[in-house]
Amino acid sequence: MAKTLIATATASASSSLSFTSGIDSTYDVYEFVFTNMHPATNAANFTFQVNAAGGSGFNETMTTSFFRVYHNESDTATALYLATAQDQAQGTAYQQLFHEVGNSGDESMSGIMILYAPSSTTYVKHFLSRTNGYYAADFTTDAFVAGYINTTSAIDEIDFKFSSGNIDAGTIKMFGVS
Amino acid sequence: MAIGTGQVSLSDIQTEYGGSNPIQLSEYYSKGNAPASGEIQLWADFQGTSADAHTFISSQTASASSSLSFTSGIDSTYDVYEFHFVNCHPATAGARLTFQMDSGSGYATTMTTTNFLAENAENNSGAALVYRTIRDQAQGTSYQPITGNIWNNSDDSGSGVLTVYQPSSSTYVKHFTSVASVSGNGFADSNYVAGYFNTTSALTRIDFKMSSGNIDAGEVRMYGVATS
Repeated sequence: MAKTLIATATASASSSLSFTSGIDSTYDVYEFVFTNMHPATNAANFTFQVNAAGGSGFNETMTTSFFRVYHNESDTATALYLATAQDQAQGTAYQQLFHEVGNSGDESMSGIMILYAPSSTTYVKHFLSRTNGYYAADFTTDAFVAGYINTTSAIDEIDFKFSSGNIDAGTIKMFGVS
Repeated sequence: MAIGTGQVSLSDIQTEYGGSNPIQLSEYYSKGNAPASGEIQLWADFQGTSADAHTFISSQTASASSSLSFTSGIDSTYDVYEFHFVNCHPATAGARLTFQMDSGSGYATTMTTTNFLAENAENNSGAALVYRTIRDQAQGTSYQPITGNIWNNSDDSGSGVLTVYQPSSSTYVKHFTSVASVSGNGFADSNYVAGYFNTTSALTRIDFKMSSGNIDAGEVRMYGVATS
């Protein structure tokens, strides 16, 4: 397995970070690596959507699952559970990859999302994501999100943003895997 | 970013693959389509090629070792570091592979973590998906287990990947995730551990050891994921 860095998007009080080129049939697998995504607004959700080639807007239909694990710094709460409020069933909303990131100076979230064969015109488009972050109430959260974008059209654009407010800081790198 | 398909200069190659000044072609043997030795042709060997963004940095191999440490190479060169642990075999039955990181004051950095596992037995009993409160930490400074109990039969071991995000940051806490598979006393365990080191100091060293006894055998390989 070899990874090739295709592009980098760095936030600076950005409303969103998009990759609008470089997603094509060159690679079967694309990885998006998030490093220290820091919201301007406390407890904002980190989300993504995609746009099909020739489509308009980040609003493709997807069905997803979301489960998470958490533990707080005061050692009074732990959980491993399916977060049904954060999934979608044939929805067109931006999909949460992390629920409620803290915005204190040292708080952020990091992780990886893998998108499989976005240029396929035969299959739906599968994705997997795992992120760890500093949940707004001083918890560590390990978030697992997966699903498929329910279209046989090629996907050639992707957009990441917080559910509220800007991406104050953080970097997303897009890699092709061969 | 790949080198273009037009003319290729030494500077293009250095930008893509790194290297020192003055530029020496011998640094680029086995890069791109270049041979391991002999003549290098700039256009034929490098046009359209790109460096692997997943860079092997170093490895540590256990031989009845009390621990395996990486005390150099963790810095701002990479935003993301991966530690692939392969067939780590304990001397002591039921030992767990653990790790800690150091910001300069010893392997006792404060962390808050989660730990859950999915498991099944070879006799198809005892399948479970459970959170492990006895293997997590809340602002703890202990070594963090990243596997379940590994047995020490000759064919038992634990393997997996630990990913650490931007250990050199002086702004943010340091996130990590880990996934591992172990064989233990007739069980297959999948272990998922994550959390953050609750410090804004840069972490520059990492140490792996068993919760009890030596690491009898096994290897840990450190990779960096490209920043540019």
